[in-house]
Amino acid sequence: MNKRLFVKGNDALAMGAIEAGCRYYFGYPITPQSEIPEYMSRELPRIGGEFIQAESEIASINMLLGASACGVRAMTSSSSPGISLKQEGISYMAGSELPGLIVNICRSGPGLGGIDASQADYFQAVKGGGHGGYHIIVLAPHSVQEMYDLTMLAFDLSDLYRIPAMILGDSVVGQMKEALVPHSYRNPGLPSKNWAVSGKGGRKEQSIIKSLYLGDGELEAHNLKLHERYRILKEKEVRYEGVELEDARLIVTAFGSAARISKTAVRMAREVGMQVGLLRPITLYPFPEQAFRKATETCGRVLCVELNAGQMVEDVRLSVHRDAEVFLYGRPPGAGSQPTPEEIFEQIKKYYEAIS
Amino acid sequence: MTTVLKPAFQRPVSLKDVQTHFCPGCHHGTIHRLVAEAIDHFDIQERTIGVASVGCSVFLYGYFDVDVVEAPHGRAPAVATGVKRVLKDRMVFTYQGDGDLAAIGTSEIIHAANRGEGITVIFVNNTTYGMTGGQMAPTTLPEQVTTTSPYGRNVGSEGYPIRMAELLSILEGVTFSARVAVDSPRHVLEAGKTIRKAFQCQVEGAGFAFVEVLSACPTNWGMNSLKANERVGREMIPYFPLGVFRDHTAKAGKKPQGESKLSHLGKKS
Ligand SMILES: Cc1ncc(C[n+]2csc(CCOP(=O)(O)OP(=O)(O)O)c2C)c(N)n1
Repeated sequence: MNKRLFVKGNDALAMGAIEAGCRYYFGYPITPQSEIPEYMSRELPRIGGEFIQAESEIASINMLLGASACGVRAMTSSSSPGISLKQEGISYMAGSELPGLIVNICRSGPGLGGIDASQADYFQAVKGGGHGGYHIIVLAPHSVQEMYDLTMLAFDLSDLYRIPAMILGDSVVGQMKEALVPHSYRNPGLPSKNWAVSGKGGRKEQSIIKSLYLGDGELEAHNLKLHERYRILKEKEVRYEGVELEDARLIVTAFGSAARISKTAVRMAREVGMQVGLLRPITLYPFPEQAFRKATETCGRVLCVELNAGQMVEDVRLSVHRDAEVFLYGRPPGAGSQPTPEEIFEQIKKYYEAIS
Repeated sequence: MTTVLKPAFQRPVSLKDVQTHFCPGCHHGTIHRLVAEAIDHFDIQERTIGVASVGCSVFLYGYFDVDVVEAPHGRAPAVATGVKRVLKDRMVFTYQGDGDLAAIGTSEIIHAANRGEGITVIFVNNTTYGMTGGQMAPTTLPEQVTTTSPYGRNVGSEGYPIRMAELLSILEGVTFSARVAVDSPRHVLEAGKTIRKAFQCQVEGAGFAFVEVLSACPTNWGMNSLKANERVGREMIPYFPLGVFRDHTAKAGKKPQGESKLSHLGKKS
């Protein structure tokens, strides 16, 4: 390990998953994520794992539910239309307190849309895409290295909190090739999964994995327990990257591939002496509310760049200091709609120059 | 010489000593018992995992003293696939109604069967959606009145009842497929044997086994228990014949369990 490799983001993600101990993959082909099942179908059988190309995304999320119920690390991956089909299963996993990794290498929509990079599944990912009022952990890598690193983190957080975790990427981070330095996985001391099914085997009590609660007050208590975990997530597990925020007079915020492009634009601004910083949420759920709040105590302007018509901007607006102004540069996805660093730099200039 | 007297009839160990929520005359209780007897027979309670479906049998964990995973409506075969692929030496069964298995979950059952997953599927066909109040099911008989076929099932627009045991029997992945009923003592005994065989199939690692059980739903059929029981023989069996439609248990032999099937690929460096 520790040698530099030149790999695609999707392959890096698959490598990270295997390094983190994932031995079970269930999925259905869809562009732009098919490198992940292809990698897994090649590697898992060699190391005693199981790969199933399921009959649908619905079947694959439920295979994941079954495997996770046995206490092992398992995953599925897909892209937007397939993730829509998985929502019922994700809701059941959330309700049944099952960990597990779901990867969404987003494509553009609605409907069949296109295969271009998109961040239009933000709402679906962070607001609980299925029914019933739950959240999952959502991590947004912006580089090939992070496709590897955050996949390991996703498994850890998911296991620790018994909440399904999602990697939310797109074809930019999934398809691009760049340097990856793989490193060994280290278990951060996670609790044992004594809740898993295994056959009673000597246990007095059954293990039951379920989301049905019909007794008086049972379901309310169950929901309150889940929401307490979400609160702890917000308190302890927020991750973000801040670039030159200290003296910033304008903060650009973006996640994933949009942050990647925005970083270049922010550098262009700094090169001409403009005091512009970048706040990049890495955990989209839990959202870095406090980081925004704190950063906007001294800097009153935020420009939110997204590859959609404006979704994360709503969470930014809810998080910033009440006197801060939040602007949106949202590019709905589709062929040729990806903003260049120059275009974002133009937006930066527009809102920066308005500061007098 | 002393003779040890064994009780001729007792509650199966894997069935909990609790009252069920099933309506009077419903056959789910009988079928639960037969499944529990099979689990006891092979002494596999400690290594069995049940997968519950959505329908009247959703409370599987309340009645069977085994580990249970609850699946979304129709998805039990996919959930069971996930469980069995991880715990290859454990016994995994699903227990599903006809709405669950033959309507919303058609895709999952056909593909789990076709992959030859080493699971046992108990399919309870009561020609209606019991839990939701007696709507039309894919197995509802022609002309049968339900709450959503108030003029009787019109096969011209609603199609014909699906014979799942026969349908699955043509798939190469299937080792055993049969249909039984529990409307008479003789049928109960035969059903018990067939369900045992379906579990034996898994115990021996012989592959996918499916047993369809014709079942009465007095409440939603609007009949008393006796009339509902009679209907099984009078109307259901003529359309859904009892029998074994595929039995490759002898041929299937023992498949290796708990081993990577591709060990010839060797380890990755
Ligand atoms: C996705 C979804 N659709 C519909 C339902 C409502 N529902 C619950 S049980 C059921 C049908 C149950 O009928 P069946 O599978 O025949 O089993 P039975 O109750 O007759 O034993 C339906 C439609 C649901 N829970 N989930």
